[in-house]
Amino acid sequence: MIRTPLRPLARILKAREKGEDPGAIAAENLRLRHEAIADKSRARAEGRLLVLGAFFAVAFIAIGLRMGTIANSMPEEPRTAATGNPIIGQRADIVDRNGRILATNLETHSLYAQPQHMIDPIRAAQELKAIFPELNEERMVKDFTGKRKFVWIRRQLSPEQMQQVHDIGSPGLLFGPREMRLYPNGPIASHVLGGASYGREDVASAEVIGVAGIERRFDSLLRDPANEGKPLELSLDLTVQAATEEVLDGGMKLMNAKGAAAVLMDVHTGEVIAMASLPDFDPNNRPQVLLKGDQSDSPLFNRAVQGVYELGSTFKIFAVAQAMELGLVNPQTMIDTKGPLTWGRFRIRDSHHMPATLSVEDVIAESSNVGTGRIAMQIGGDRQSKFLASLGLTEATQVELSEAPSGQPLTPKKWSEISTMTISFGHGISDSPLHLAAAYASLLNGGTRVMPTLLKTKVVQQGARVVSEDTSAKARHMLRRVVEEGTASMGDVPGYEVGGKTGTADKPRTDGRGYYDDKVIATFASIFPADDPKYVLIVTLDEPSENSGDKPRRTAGWTAVPVAAEMIRRVAPLLGLRPQLETTDLASVTLTSN
Amino acid sequence: MMRAVMYVAAALTVMGLAFWAYQENYRTQQSISQVRRLHAQIGDAHERLGMLRAEWAYLNRPDRLIDLAEINFDRLGLLPLSPEAFGEIETIVYPLPDILPITNPIDINSIPPSDEEDPL
Repeated sequence: MIRTPLRPLARILKAREKGEDPGAIAAENLRLRHEAIADKSRARAEGRLLVLGAFFAVAFIAIGLRMGTIANSMPEEPRTAATGNPIIGQRADIVDRNGRILATNLETHSLYAQPQHMIDPIRAAQELKAIFPELNEERMVKDFTGKRKFVWIRRQLSPEQMQQVHDIGSPGLLFGPREMRLYPNGPIASHVLGGASYGREDVASAEVIGVAGIERRFDSLLRDPANEGKPLELSLDLTVQAATEEVLDGGMKLMNAKGAAAVLMDVHTGEVIAMASLPDFDPNNRPQVLLKGDQSDSPLFNRAVQGVYELGSTFKIFAVAQAMELGLVNPQTMIDTKGPLTWGRFRIRDSHHMPATLSVEDVIAESSNVGTGRIAMQIGGDRQSKFLASLGLTEATQVELSEAPSGQPLTPKKWSEISTMTISFGHGISDSPLHLAAAYASLLNGGTRVMPTLLKTKVVQQGARVVSEDTSAKARHMLRRVVEEGTASMGDVPGYEVGGKTGTADKPRTDGRGYYDDKVIATFASIFPADDPKYVLIVTLDEPSENSGDKPRRTAGWTAVPVAAEMIRRVAPLLGLRPQLETTDLASVTLTSN
Repeated sequence: MMRAVMYVAAALTVMGLAFWAYQENYRTQQSISQVRRLHAQIGDAHERLGMLRAEWAYLNRPDRLIDLAEINFDRLGLLPLSPEAFGEIETIVYPLPDILPITNPIDINSIPPSDEEDPL
């Protein structure tokens, strides 16, 4: 650029000639120059502002448009960035100890209607009624012709039903995918599994939530996607569970009982191998909770865990074991069994005539209430209550079921002397069959505390010591004698060395005034094999009565014991226990298949 | 001169990078869609597997197996496993050796063998 000089020589000379002030020209030129500079910088600033304005406008428009699209589009799973397995989002399966399925999921469809899209709502209602007879046709017609825009019809459809609904051809009938909890084994292990239901429901999906049993206890674990569908392994064995339920059901019917429960537990690991409560239900179609009457009559009631009963003479071994542990008696000590034992206005009698004195061993074998009461008096209430607490008999079990806390034992408010005596033979304290199983396991496995569990574990529990190994072995020997020559003689299963104790307790009257004469709870608590116990089995029958003789027989020796024996005969081989062949003839091997 | 070469080189580099990024982007998109397809396939397979496992469990439910064992007792002779099914290894006989063929039979019976009756 050529700069215009402030004092151009030609003009200066001309101005001098005319006598004008040359300074004015210079000033004028300077002004013009400043103006030009100002114009230029203004233009530049304006240009910059324009560019900046355009930039901001574009940025705002871009952000606005993006916000608009994000707001209007469906959210998308960030698949590329997600870690882990994005496929398995289902509720995890529940399997038994050998991996056989106890609960799984099935894809089904739900059916809903959008009446505004229906062409002939009345015909649609009629056709639906023909497919699903349980639906109310009038109600459907009212829903379909009214103002409603959305009506649920069925939560689950089988594929055949879905095809039939499809064939109606109404555009207002729509299907949504729906996950269904399936229990393929039907009522087997129903009380353990509990059941599932739907939580929040939507057209596209529904939340499956556990409503009872282990499904509810481990609901969050089963639903946790971080587990990637890893199944929950239970300690139950499906085959053993099925055999237990089959035998228990047969026994319950044979003995005319109104209910029954059985618990089979590993004495070392505390794993519950089978747990049955009858009557049972189908968890695929869980019945309604009783709104009135006794909840314990409902099939939903788990007698093995929730049912606390006075378990009768099965408790005698606790008193005797404690007395031996304390060094008060040994198995051969003679005990005065002359009845009745009077304490205040109470009299303790025996169910049949006893000799005047019996050895401690025979007190157990003959099940003498008077003898056990006298032993308990030597122990005293304080030590007795502590001992029973150490066996877990005074608080609810920690087993992994949502119902477990409701199986709270009933203990006397004041542990008086008469309580001490009656508790020694199992009256005045109420426990569930599972409590008894855990206490027997703790006492007889060598004397260490065992907590029952429903989860598969290989670990032998290292619980607190309850009694010494010696006392535990003596107690086992006594229980073996009960089966060999005492009240449970029907419980002998050749080859399995069953030891156990019977218990027959009168049921308390519902009105609270004493006990029924003709209603009992018959229990057989057993261990096998007695010299090196592996399993404990508790069988409880509610109001049994064996009517083959002249008079109905209700004692456990006639009712619960034969059922338990048959159960051991069926179950022990399935558990892989080989019979100790004593003197059976070796030539006969029964082939069970060709 | 040098500066012009630099400019051209920079421009070419940018174009090259842009081309590479464009290609990478497309390759990534392709991989993502492939992964998505595979996930969908695995999901379907999972669903089918779950269905088959459920069906297997349903068909092998103990109640049904007991019924089937009873219905087919004539053919299969299946009994519940009982303690008698256990045996000692000593009680199992060794397989008997095949009897050698009789090469020179001697008649020890005066009555000739009839055609209908088996001589044994």
